[in-house]
Parts: sequence; structure tokens; C-alpha cells
Amino acid sequence: MIITRRRLVEAAGLGAAAALLPTRMRAQATAPLTRVIPSSGERMPAVGLGTWITFNVGEDPALQAECTQVMAAFFAAGGRMIDSSPMYGSSQAVVGRGLERLGHPETLFAADKVWTSAPANGAVQIEQSRRLWGVKSFDLLQVHNLLTWEAHLDTLFAMKAAGRLRYVGITTSEGRRHDLLEQIMRGHPLDFVQLTYNPVDREPEQRLLPLAAERGIAVIVNRPFRQGELTERLDGEPLPGWAGEIGATSWAELILKFILSHPAVTVAIPATTRVDHVRENVAAAGGDLPDRSMAERIAAHIGAL
Amino acid sequence: MSEWWSYRLEDFLLFAPRVYWRLIEAQNAALWPLHVASVGAGLAIVLLVARRPQNAMPWTGLVLAAVWAFVGWSFLLNRYAAINWAILYIAPAFFLQSALLAIAAVLPRGLTIDGRAAGGRTGLLVALAGLLLYPCLPLVSGHPWTSAEVFGIAPDPTAIVTLGLLLAARGPLLAVLLPIPLFWCLFSGLTLLAMDEVEAWLLLATAAFVPILVLVGRRRPQT
Ligand SMILES: NC(=O)c1ccc[n+]([C@@H]2O[C@H](COP(=O)([O-])OP(=O)(O)OC[C@H]3O[C@@H](n4cnc5c(N)ncnc54)[C@H](OP(=O)(O)O)[C@@H]3O)[C@@H](O)[C@H]2O)c1
Repeated sequence: MIITRRRLVEAAGLGAAAALLPTRMRAQATAPLTRVIPSSGERMPAVGLGTWITFNVGEDPALQAECTQVMAAFFAAGGRMIDSSPMYGSSQAVVGRGLERLGHPETLFAADKVWTSAPANGAVQIEQSRRLWGVKSFDLLQVHNLLTWEAHLDTLFAMKAAGRLRYVGITTSEGRRHDLLEQIMRGHPLDFVQLTYNPVDREPEQRLLPLAAERGIAVIVNRPFRQGELTERLDGEPLPGWAGEIGATSWAELILKFILSHPAVTVAIPATTRVDHVRENVAAAGGDLPDRSMAERIAAHIGAL
Repeated sequence: MSEWWSYRLEDFLLFAPRVYWRLIEAQNAALWPLHVASVGAGLAIVLLVARRPQNAMPWTGLVLAAVWAFVGWSFLLNRYAAINWAILYIAPAFFLQSALLAIAAVLPRGLTIDGRAAGGRTGLLVALAGLLLYPCLPLVSGHPWTSAEVFGIAPDPTAIVTLGLLLAARGPLLAVLLPIPLFWCLFSGLTLLAMDEVEAWLLLATAAFVPILVLVGRRRPQT
């Protein structure tokens, strides 16, 4: 069953507000840009949803409802991948509660992490995370920040071999330990790698993105907006006229289009607390993407501001 | 931790400031009007320490023991731990502090508190500021009044008032009663600094100056 937009909207408690949802969103729901996961051939909508900080709202009912509405809008727009971690406070539980309220959308692609320095704790932690999400199993599990990566990769590959996990990955962010990441990408049959890439953090273009393409590893891009620092900095700056040539109507869209224009990138996972932002983010995966020269122009322009 | 130099203070902040202030609001809403009783009890012990120091114990120790246990349970464990897993490891220190204060309350000569002793006046001023001025910080921070932080309800003013009273204290137990409130001021101060909140500076200043005042007070002959 593919969950309908109406069900999502009702479940999120938006009620009559359903009528106000823009038609653009409906168009999105039918045609978000998808990318292929090289190891399986599965297609994946190219914008996902992060949960670091934004979904760590504890037991606050109003903020939990807000997160559920963001998830509802995300699924309604055609999004699939949600990324979380046991490191993110209550985020996993908040995702779990949202999924429950939304009737467990079948399109969900559940991406979580293992994050513990004790090798033996990996399996226990994964089981705890699974319960918090309320899912039967995860689609993707990643070793968070390369912590105790050898032991945890063993655990994850064993889970995959036993049919209890579909994909195995590893993450880093903000350019940390790229040398080690490169080594691991060369030496292990990873399905996914997650790293930071955006118009001002472009180091992965040198080695990691080409290597991912060469080895058939899907790439998840975290911190597309540098945790909001980039979007805040650009807020108030006029969007260049040429942004319209690729259908970008905001800085957020322009940044995401830059990221997705790299052929090695599979999914970008911006985090947000706002329904209008999640729609805008998923919409960035629609319409045209910049070619190489346009991508350079975007990076140069943003870098100069 | 590898490449530790590449981490900034904000990288350790797990939650958004608005989520934190809403926690305080929820705590206030759930416990009102207990605030009146906790501040009343705080003022009563300040008065006792100032006017009748011979009767300051065991009451000071018992009131402080009660609020440390209560804040540890009602705020740290029941609320804060949900958004910050580090609190699960820190909350036991609140219960330890409560136990130590209770021991200080009943152990003869473990701790004497005298507002007229060296450092006593400063201590009482710090305690009074924690009781009466700290809840008024929304005036400068711009947060809503509903998120005012009150002694016995929220941890930061509880630590400040405790440290103020300990500045007026003498005795062998003083050395074990100072570290936990000082650590809390440092921890919470750094958290609020990462959140870019003005309260951070009050907590960090308390963590910096209280040890200095204690050391200076020790050097002076007791009157
Ligand atoms: N090592 C790792 O594994 C690792 C490290 C970092 C991140 N991650 C993952 O990657 C995800 C994304 O990274 P991130 O959360 O650090 O940062 P991010 O996605 O770059 O930025 C999030 C911030 O951008 C703002 N934002 C989102 N959409 C916007 C829009 N359309 N317009 C304007 N502002 C917008 C949000 O504010 P609003 O709420 O106001 O929209 C939020 O504060 C994380 O949530 C996490 O899942 C993983």
C-alpha cells in the first residue's frame, strides 16, 4: 500500500488545512527526482530528511506534533529516506511516534546508525533503536562517525547476510577522517557512505565522490546547509536572477540543486522543523538540475557572499 | 576522540534552545505554585544563616538536600534526560549531593554556616541573588516569564543558591559539598554558552569565582 496524501494529512492532525496544501506538492508526489542505489538498482527520491537537533524534542507534545507534520509533508511530497541515530537524543522515539501516527507509511526508507564504542553493544543498541522507530527492520544501518568501525561493520554485514538488513553504510561529517573513510570505501563492500558536501564544503569532489561512483557506493549528503548556518547567512541576500534558469526559487533549493547536480550523490538529507521548508527541500529535487558550469557558478556566487 | 580540535562547543549541543526553554516552561507549569514554597524555604534559611547561625544547621542542610534530590528527579531525570543523554550520567550526582547535604545536616560539626563569618556576607548576597534575581532574568534574556528559573524547581539557581550558602560555611565536609554544584555551573554554563544565552555568563562566573572566594576566605582568620 502506498500511503495517500489525504491519510498523511489527516493523521498529522492538519484536518481542514488539507485543502490549503499547494497543488505543486501534488505534482511533487508524482515526480520527485530519483537516484539509483548502485548495489541494488533500487530507485530513491533524491531528497531525504535528517533528524539531528530538529527532532530531539523530548516529550513536548506540541513539538512532537510539529515533527509529525514535517514527516507527513515529507511523505506526501514523495520523500522516503529518514536518517537518525542513537546519538540524537529523543529523535528516534519522535520519528517512531510520528510513523505510528501516520500509519507506518510503506514508502519509508529507514536509515539509522550504530554509535557505541563497545563492539559487543552494537547489536543491543540496534535492537533498541529498532523498537524506538517501531519498524520491523532497518533499510540502512551506518557506522556513525566511524566509531569502532571494524567491529560494527562486521555486525552489520552479518545482519545483511542473514536478511535482517538491506544496506550497510558508514558516516562522517564536516570533512573529518576522509583518509580513513577512503580506505574503508576501498576495502569493504559498502552500500552507502554518508558525508558532508555543499557549495562551500567541496573537498569530497576531489577523491571521495569519484571513488564512490567508481566502486558503486551510494552517497548520502549530510549538513547540506551547514546545520542552517548557510541558509541563515544567505537569508536577506537577493537570489541571483540566473537561479530561475534551473527553477530554483530560494537559496535552500539552489544549494540542494548544486549538491544533487553531482552525479555521484544519491540523496541529500536536510533537517527541518518546518513544513514549508520540507516541501521546499523535496521540491528542489524536481525540475532542472544545474550542469557543471552552472554548479561552479552557484558555488562561486555563494562562496563570495 | 579523533580530530578533537575540529569540534566546536556547538557541536556538542544536542537540542535547539527553544526545546530547552520549553522544558523549563513545562516544569514551571507542572509545579506551580511550589515555587512560592521553595523560594520561601530558601529565604528562610538565608535569614537563619544571617541572624541565628547557631540554628542554621540542620535546617540549611535539610532544605538543600531536599531540593537537590527533587530537582534531580523532577527536572533532570523526568525532563532533561529525554533531550540530552549526558544527563543520565549526571543526575546521580544530584542525588549524591543530596545525600552529602543530608549527612552534613546531621553530623555534628561536619559543617557550620555563619553569615557573619568571613565570606559569609558575600555568600548570602550570592544566595539572595540566586533566589530573587535569577528568576527575573527573562527581563534581560527576552525569554517568556513562564520560563523563569526558580530555586528548587530548576537546577541552575539551585546550584547558585547552594554555592552562596556554602560560601558562608566552614568545616570538614565543605570540600566534598562544593564540587558537584561547581561542576553543574560549569556544565550548564557551557551548554547555555553553546546556546548563546546570557545566563551562561552568570553560571560560568559563579564556577570561576566561588573557588577563589572559598580560598580567600580560608586564609582570613575566622572571627
Ligand atoms: N556524522 C553523521 O552521521 C552526521 C553528521 C551531521 C548530520 N547528519 C545527518 O544529516 C542531517 C542534516 O544535517 P544537519 O541537520 O546537521 O544540518 P542541515 O540539514 O544542513 O541544516 C538544518 C538546518 O537548516 C534549516 N533549514 C532546513 N531547510 C531549510 C530551508 N528550506 N530554508 C531555510 N532553512 C532550512 C533548518 O531550520 P528550520 O528548522 O527552520 O527549517 C535547520 O536548522 C542531520 O539531521 C543528520 O540526520 C549526520
